[in-house]
Amino acid sequence: MPEAIRALKYSTEAWLALAILVLAVVWTIATPHFLTVPNLIDLVESYTVTAVLAMGLFVVLVSGGIDISFAATASVAQYIAALAAARWGWPPAAALGIGLAVGVLLGLINAVLIHGVKITSIIVTIATMSVYFALLMYFTGGKSIYDLPDWWSKRVTFYRTETAGGDIIRITLPLLVMVAAVVGTWALMNKTAVGRQVYAMGGNPEAARRVGIGIGRLHLFVYGFMGFMAAVAGLLQAHRVGESVPNAMVGSELNVVAAAVLGGASLTGGIGSVGGVILGILMLAIIQNGLNLIGVSPYFFQIVIGLVILVSTSATGLSNRPSRRSRRALA
Amino acid sequence: MIDTRPAPSPLAAQLDHLTRLLRGNGDGQSPVGLAALCVGLVGLFSVLMPDRFPTLGTAQSMMFQLPELGLLALAMVIPLISSGLNLAIIATANQSALLMAFIMTKAIAPGSEPAIVALWIAVALAAGFVHCLVVGLATGWLVANMGVHPILVTLGTMSIIDGVSIYLTRGLVIAGFPDAFQAIGNAVILGLPLPFLIFVAVAALVAVILSRTPFGISVAMIGSNLEATRYSGVDTKRVLIGVYTMSSVLCFVAAVLMMARFNSASAGYAQSYLLVTILAAVLGGVDPNGGFGRVSGLVMALIVLQVISSGLNQLGANQHLTLAIWGLTLIGVMAIRSIATALAQRRSARGTSLSVSKSNPTPQEKT
Repeated sequence: MPEAIRALKYSTEAWLALAILVLAVVWTIATPHFLTVPNLIDLVESYTVTAVLAMGLFVVLVSGGIDISFAATASVAQYIAALAAARWGWPPAAALGIGLAVGVLLGLINAVLIHGVKITSIIVTIATMSVYFALLMYFTGGKSIYDLPDWWSKRVTFYRTETAGGDIIRITLPLLVMVAAVVGTWALMNKTAVGRQVYAMGGNPEAARRVGIGIGRLHLFVYGFMGFMAAVAGLLQAHRVGESVPNAMVGSELNVVAAAVLGGASLTGGIGSVGGVILGILMLAIIQNGLNLIGVSPYFFQIVIGLVILVSTSATGLSNRPSRRSRRALA
Repeated sequence: MIDTRPAPSPLAAQLDHLTRLLRGNGDGQSPVGLAALCVGLVGLFSVLMPDRFPTLGTAQSMMFQLPELGLLALAMVIPLISSGLNLAIIATANQSALLMAFIMTKAIAPGSEPAIVALWIAVALAAGFVHCLVVGLATGWLVANMGVHPILVTLGTMSIIDGVSIYLTRGLVIAGFPDAFQAIGNAVILGLPLPFLIFVAVAALVAVILSRTPFGISVAMIGSNLEATRYSGVDTKRVLIGVYTMSSVLCFVAAVLMMARFNSASAGYAQSYLLVTILAAVLGGVDPNGGFGRVSGLVMALIVLQVISSGLNQLGANQHLTLAIWGLTLIGVMAIRSIATALAQRRSARGTSLSVSKSNPTPQEKT
């Protein structure tokens, strides 16, 4: 038992799991609609796009960098794929392929600027965010593409069943994509040499370089991976809403950063786990869902998110006092 | 970027080098390059549009537009120099504006006595100022005491402040202020717009505080190394609270100017400026890792951005193209700077090795 208490004191994941459990109990008491399978699935599905983005961002954060441009990247990749599918009549594989390729390419541009030109990642990605998004708005004139082909916008259901009460339970494509992204990222970071190198680079880039890790290649990989995940999220978002709106995803950057950081990913790199990030997202999802169910104005949600960020990061900051790493600047 | 090359051995030269660095006058950071860029841009636009661009009207409209981004960028620069960041500046400015707008529109009936109007404007301004002061003190206290990176603290405060504003106003705009108040945004004194004069005065004040006061030096020292500054006897918590309070109070000035110019206030105004203020600061030579930066560089960067924006606007380009070119300008300038720094480092490394071999090496230096 003392073991468990000590684990709780030092592990963000344990804190989050406890907070989520408490929240779930509160919501279950407050409303009968919360603890139902359809609601829980809805709750997770509404955060699938955020989760995919957070997986990409998580890898960047572990490597010791940050990426602000992913929402712009996702929008560009989504729009080009939508153009290919709806205007140029490309087949599905080619349209999705070009979307993913564009995402990776934009990520690689970030990596080249960060590593090759030696500019801090937050500055590079703020600049490229402006460039990517502004050029997208300039060339599209802000016009949305509403007529996505059926193969893209039609809901894909893998499993469907009805509960005794007549509610329909569906396992849909976004859920599976999210699970694939999470499992893939987990395997990458925990089971491969590349993943361990990313942790090493985030912990101490100079030491990583001296033991022979190719920092340049790793930068390309990390930001390319972020770009790929952003493109997946962009394609998925268009699938969920059935249209491509150039500015639909921009503005969500800081929410994804919040989710990743809530889950214990450190802004100084080298620290964090996929499980923690998922718990962070789950926490945000449960808070939003519960507030909806008990009829609190959606406007109120943002205040709660702010409080959650302050309280949870302060709790971690205070318990990590001796290390003082969090006070260091972003690298 | 931080200059890591070894300074020449005499102590005086070392001290001189250090003071130059502390004042943000390190290599590659001086605004001379930006000034050249600015002159080049003005020349380019003047050649492209000889009868429209180089006119007094253009200069005046630039002076009307620059102060809003300028004041918000100043609010961002102070935390940046302390190795922090204030993501809540736009949220703070908008909320303060909403509060002032609420007081003015509710309290002043149409056709009131000028004295009553003036009184309520004063009350509104005081309320807006106190609001920003409180927000700044609270943010600073959190940053100083929680041991959390300022990005996260201000991400939280931004979310709360924006959330409260949107919750209370439902995203609506509050409009219609007395003429006397709108004059702040539109008056012209001796050919110079009042907002521009206010900006110049505030920027000069901030420049003096940052470079000539113990507080300003402490801010730069914290930006370089918080722990070392604390061990050298500086009350770093108080300085940090001061940093965020100052940042927040600058938001108040920006809020007043924005309200007066738009004749309205909303939780959604100027949101796109948030990250642009960071671009402007870095373009102006502020080190994003903290420790270095001066107001003159920022002002030069703001002028460059404003010239690009006005020139492109007259050429018929839209705001999106302007933003894209702003981003490309930053990347280009940063790339040139980092290449120049690398070259200078290589040259100075060669220079020092030469001087060491010429001079009489002490036994320690031999090893």
